[in-house]
Amino acid sequence: MLSLQEPPERKLRVATVSLSGCFGCHMSFLDMDENLLDLFELVEFDRSPLTDIKHCGPCDIGLIEGGVCNSENVHVLREFRNNCRTLIALGACAVNGGLPALRNGLDVREVLREAYFEQLGVVSNTIPNDVELPLLLDKVHPINEVVFVDYFIPGCPPSGDAIFKFLTDLVAGRTPRLDYPQMRFD
Amino acid sequence: MENTFIIDGMPIPFEPGQNVLQAALAAGIFIPHLCFYPGLKPNGNCKLCTVIINGRHVSACTTLANSGIEVANNTPELNNKRRLMLQMLFVSGNHFCPGCEKSGNCQLQALAYDLEMMTPHFNHFFPKRTIDASHPEAFLDMNRCITCGLCVQASGEVDKKNIFALSGRGMASHVVINTPSGKLGDSDFAMSDKAARVCPVGAILPKRRGYAIPIGERRYDELPISSQTEFLTTRET
Repeated sequence: MLSLQEPPERKLRVATVSLSGCFGCHMSFLDMDENLLDLFELVEFDRSPLTDIKHCGPCDIGLIEGGVCNSENVHVLREFRNNCRTLIALGACAVNGGLPALRNGLDVREVLREAYFEQLGVVSNTIPNDVELPLLLDKVHPINEVVFVDYFIPGCPPSGDAIFKFLTDLVAGRTPRLDYPQMRFD
Repeated sequence: MENTFIIDGMPIPFEPGQNVLQAALAAGIFIPHLCFYPGLKPNGNCKLCTVIINGRHVSACTTLANSGIEVANNTPELNNKRRLMLQMLFVSGNHFCPGCEKSGNCQLQALAYDLEMMTPHFNHFFPKRTIDASHPEAFLDMNRCITCGLCVQASGEVDKKNIFALSGRGMASHVVINTPSGKLGDSDFAMSDKAARVCPVGAILPKRRGYAIPIGERRYDELPISSQTEFLTTRET
């Protein structure tokens, strides 16, 4: 159970998004199991894959999964920063680029050529360039290289317990801190 | 008292000839370190073991224990600086823990856990480094190398093979292989060498042995490195 003295006067508004991530951190978030019920006593959701709200309104907490790999990621991240009082990098990709950043040592043109021409079994003669598709950046960036980030939760993914501990610390006004077994980079 | 000195107010016994780090570890007091390994000559390379003795910042591994000295070790000021050094090590290489076989047994990662490094903070360099898979039993992943110099020392001092060396200066400093081709496969490196076992990170790893111990059950997964001083002193020498 929560170690809150009193419930907050109003529910805190939380927005979440996955940029260049695999939704593993969101799955881990859902992995809180019954702790989710405790959390829902304290927070309500704005933009999130859980609500399907498309744009972020004014929020107390923004959780960002994934690094920044394309132009759309940059716009979404800035929208979150402009609307969220506290922005949290959730998981390895948001914290340090994560596995998508493994492409940072390679030329983007070569990466696209490999994916759309050279791959075994790929039948294609063009690199998709529809105007609806966001352009790839030349490198994948951790989110704190694009906007100011208040807090970081490392882990690939951070465990449900780690996310719960961090958020409940934050909501209760304590300095968020992970217990040792929750502190994981893998 | 003879052959005793003070760390953070605690009296620590020592044997003449021991350095401050050795004496501290033997007494169960942890001082963060990366480039110190029992049985190898301390080289003061990583600076993680920096402590304050009589007002001066010194490396605990290269300072001889001396009666009566007073050492500041586990202080917020020093730990903040150590965390800063770890962050710089993380951003200057390519350290992707989720994809590394060393994860959970990695000393760099263990120190980052212990000092609560929540983020590498600085802009990442994402340097271009090499991978050498030419050796039949081991591969070298320079993305993870922190140029601590332990493989260089082990290969020279213990194995008497001089397979590894540090080349370049400052930011360009890197490990090279002492063969005409520069490939590990052309050297007489063997997995029985001490140099194969001292790497604190995942830069030198055996081939064909992955995840024999699952993630979550590894050395630093449950217990912080700071509580494992006995292991750190009795690691094979």
